[in-house]
Amino acid sequence: MAVTTTKTVAVDGNTAVAEALRQLNPDVMPAYPITPSTGIMQSFTSFVSNGKVDTEVILVESEHSAMSAAIGASAAGGRVATATSSQGLALMWEMLHIASGYRLPILMALVNRALSAPLNIHGDHSDGMGMRDCGWIQLFCENAQEAYDNTIMAYRIAEHLDVRLPIAVNMDGFIISHSIESMQFIPDEEVKKFIGEYIAVDPLLDIDNPKSIGALVLPDYYMEHKRAQHEAMTKVQKVVQDVSAEFAKLFGRKYDIFETYRLEDAEVVLVALNSAAGTIKDEVDRYRDKGIKAGLLKPRLFRPFPYEEVGAALKNAKAVCVMDRADSYGGFGPMYMEIASALYPHRGPVLFNKVYGLGGRDLMPLDVDQVIDETIEVAKTGKAKMAKEYITVRN
Amino acid sequence: MKQMNWKELPHAGTILKAGNANEYKTGSWRSLKPRWIEENCIQCLFCWIYCPDSAVMVKDEKMTGFDYDHCKGCGVCAMECPGKKGSKAIVMEEEGK
Repeated sequence: MAVTTTKTVAVDGNTAVAEALRQLNPDVMPAYPITPSTGIMQSFTSFVSNGKVDTEVILVESEHSAMSAAIGASAAGGRVATATSSQGLALMWEMLHIASGYRLPILMALVNRALSAPLNIHGDHSDGMGMRDCGWIQLFCENAQEAYDNTIMAYRIAEHLDVRLPIAVNMDGFIISHSIESMQFIPDEEVKKFIGEYIAVDPLLDIDNPKSIGALVLPDYYMEHKRAQHEAMTKVQKVVQDVSAEFAKLFGRKYDIFETYRLEDAEVVLVALNSAAGTIKDEVDRYRDKGIKAGLLKPRLFRPFPYEEVGAALKNAKAVCVMDRADSYGGFGPMYMEIASALYPHRGPVLFNKVYGLGGRDLMPLDVDQVIDETIEVAKTGKAKMAKEYITVRN
Repeated sequence: MKQMNWKELPHAGTILKAGNANEYKTGSWRSLKPRWIEENCIQCLFCWIYCPDSAVMVKDEKMTGFDYDHCKGCGVCAMECPGKKGSKAIVMEEEGK
């Protein structure tokens, strides 16, 4: 089949995701606007007002209610989406576990923003990392194109019958959500064909077959439920790869569980999520020009985390610096912990952790150069001076 | 009721069969057990009305005994029982005695 060609447009990340949501045309979209994801709902509600979608938007009184309404609508049998950031996600936290425990394929557009205190509206990954253990599938996106493409693929992954789990598509607040980039949209009809009809499992509105969800489960059954939920997570990776392969065949853009950039023979490797990867790729090129074997690994699927594949991709490096745009105060950054687990079975490279870019602090090319320089030094000496350290901070 | 393993559970743990709580036996929670003394019973059915579970068995509008698979031994029936001439028709006894 020929790859669909589309014209190039210039939009910001929020507009790109709103456009994807318009094309997905969910049945219900409960939301409570919060910076920097507000633009998604602003655009989407104008689609509703202009009759461009069939969606029932529920404007709720809090994010806790937004997620609660999403759970109710999804359990009823609808295709459901929401959008949020930061404190909004934090307020949803209790209900996030219920969405995954009920195995409801809800789609969340998560525009990553720092958590209070101190109050800050700018981009980092504290919110997304805070939902790490909530049982949601988590995809991370470098730019508006990836955010759009991952949103288009999200229902296909979440609704797969082996999976049936909620999914969050992450992009960096402001850096991506509010920056205009050139990208391509897929025609409406192609999206419709790609996502297909939604068939809910055991919907509550199937009133001829009454059923009950949310029953109390005591110690004699709780672990069996959790084991079954874990099993669904183990099926996600293959589904992500299959859906991405189909997407690539139809629309030409290739995605995998993570992206590697000049990694095959790399001795000096950085690991980073989202928009920082763009800056790092430029600097990797500069160091390659100087004869340094530098490379990047950019995870796309963070939950479930593909430990085996990431371990195999990194094991031959001499030194790996894992860059975290979130901290676990008193512990390593969340991405470092995953990479360390992935590399444990291998003798592997020397590993160290840098926390950067919190609360929207810029990561400039020169900052990346400093990290690469230090990683070169670690590769040479075989020792990291500091296992974990903040960068882009005034000392 | 044979306990299911995790592969046998319905998707998302949804309860697909109405009233299947009846198959889930909860009588083992009990430390006190109600004993029915039929000769003191006036068939007022207060025990049946007040039982917070459905553990008082009734047939043809008459109390016939307790469903010990579900009675949790709360003692509400014994408390409410008016009995006959000062003698209770329901008394609570320690389990295992």
